[in-house]
Parts: sequence; structure tokens; C-alpha cells
Amino acid sequence: MFNSLTPFESSLFGEFRRLEQEMDDLFGRRPWPIGIRSAARGSFPPVNVGATPGEVDVYLFTPGVDPKTLDISIQQNVLSVSGERRLPKNENADYYRQERFDGEFRRAITLPEDVDPDRVEARCENGILHIKVQRREAARPRQIEIK
Amino acid sequence: MAQTPDVATKQPADVQRSERQAVLNPPVDICENAEGITLTADMPGVPKDRLTIEVDKNTLLIEGDAHFDMPDGIQALYADIRSTRYRRSFSLSPELEPNNIDATLKDGVLTLKIPKRAELRPRRIEVRAD
Repeated sequence: MFNSLTPFESSLFGEFRRLEQEMDDLFGRRPWPIGIRSAARGSFPPVNVGATPGEVDVYLFTPGVDPKTLDISIQQNVLSVSGERRLPKNENADYYRQERFDGEFRRAITLPEDVDPDRVEARCENGILHIKVQRREAARPRQIEIK
Repeated sequence: MAQTPDVATKQPADVQRSERQAVLNPPVDICENAEGITLTADMPGVPKDRLTIEVDKNTLLIEGDAHFDMPDGIQALYADIRSTRYRRSFSLSPELEPNNIDATLKDGVLTLKIPKRAELRPRRIEVRAD
């Protein structure tokens, strides 16, 4: 939609837009069933989970969280992330709004059952903690040949 | 007496841009001291080059696009965050100096320092004891 309004937009930018639109479509659509370990809406940090046949990708939105305070563990298919975000208090200032989360947090995320808890990678970038968990080989869809 | 702070939020509908895409309202902290107002916003996933801060007359607009690295063919299983676009705007009050806003972005947290005009900063009045 954006692209048609701005014909001079570079194709690279258009490509970004398209990718983002796809992502919005991907994560913006369905009403989700509530997981037994899920937190109330609005809990910190927000979480998105996506999957491919080979891996499960968990994104935790943890802006301003020092990665050193994070504790990530996985037991079978339940991933737990805890940590804290202490906001620096501005002394001698009057606060009008305090909407940002301050304190300790913990979230448990139930992943598909075929994840391999021994193959987990985590990295932090621009305030997003991305945890990649590989799935077991046997669970991947296999092409069946017709003889 | 100190002037009444006037950093009011605007509903996204007030922003004159038509876009179908859902917009996230980033949570903010706003505080004021003698020097000015400090605004802190959580915008995880937004790199420096995809953040815009605009001041038009007395409206401050913050916009950013989150980017995160996704493998091909990913399917969503669960999502708290359902958009990649952040936007929020605030109306500034006349004692603020919007031309000298200092902005820093670190680990998805944006900090804006909006100074007050020097001549309008509250002055401490000394009481002399005779």
C-alpha cells in the first residue's frame, strides 16, 4: 500500500516494507489459545514465538535489560526466562508518567514438544532477546518417495 | 510557582496519517526537573536508522520500525507483539525548547531530553534573613 503511494521509493525500502507487512500478517492475525503457563496480557516482557520445521524462535522484548541479569533455562519443552530491569530514578524530578516496567520478571514459555533442549542459542540485539531452539530431526517433515 | 507541565498524549487517531498497519504505542516514562523534561520510551527492536523524531510546531512525534531477524518460512505460534511499527506523539508546552532535544537510543530504549528555555527556567528565590 505504501509502495503505490510513493513510486520513487527505493526498491530496498520497499522490500523492507514488504517483509514487515508479512511479519505483521504473521503475528497479527489469530486469536491465541491461552497456554497453561502463559502470563496475563501486558506482562513484561512481551513474547513472540514462531516456528519453522527445523527450529523454534522465541523473541522476548526486553529493552534496557542488562543481558547479565538474564537467566535462561529450558526443561524439556518449557523455556523459562527471568531477569530484572531496574530503572534509574531521576532524583529531584517530578514524574508524570511511569508506564515502563521496573523490577524483576519471569516468564515461562511452552514450546512444541519436539524441541531439543541441548541445542539452544540466545542473543540480544536492540533490546530483543532472540532464543533459537532446534527441533529434533525425527519431527521434521520428510519427503516420501513413491516407488 | 512552577508552570504546569503540559505533555499530553494524543490518541493515534489524531495523527494525520492513514495507514492500515497496526501501530504500537510504546510505554513511556516522563519526568521533569529544573532543566527540562526527560522522556524515556521502550522501543525494542528499533535500530537507530529506523527511528524518526519530529517536532512540528508544538507536536513531538516519535516513530520507529522494529526489525528482527527471522528465518525463512517461519509460522507464528504465539504473539504478544502484533506489529512492528511504533508511534506516539505528545504536545509540548511553550516553555520547552524543541530545537535542542537530545536523543539517545540504547538497547531499544529511547531517551529524549527536552530542555526548557533558559529564561523560563524556574529561579530559586533566596530569602534573606535580616
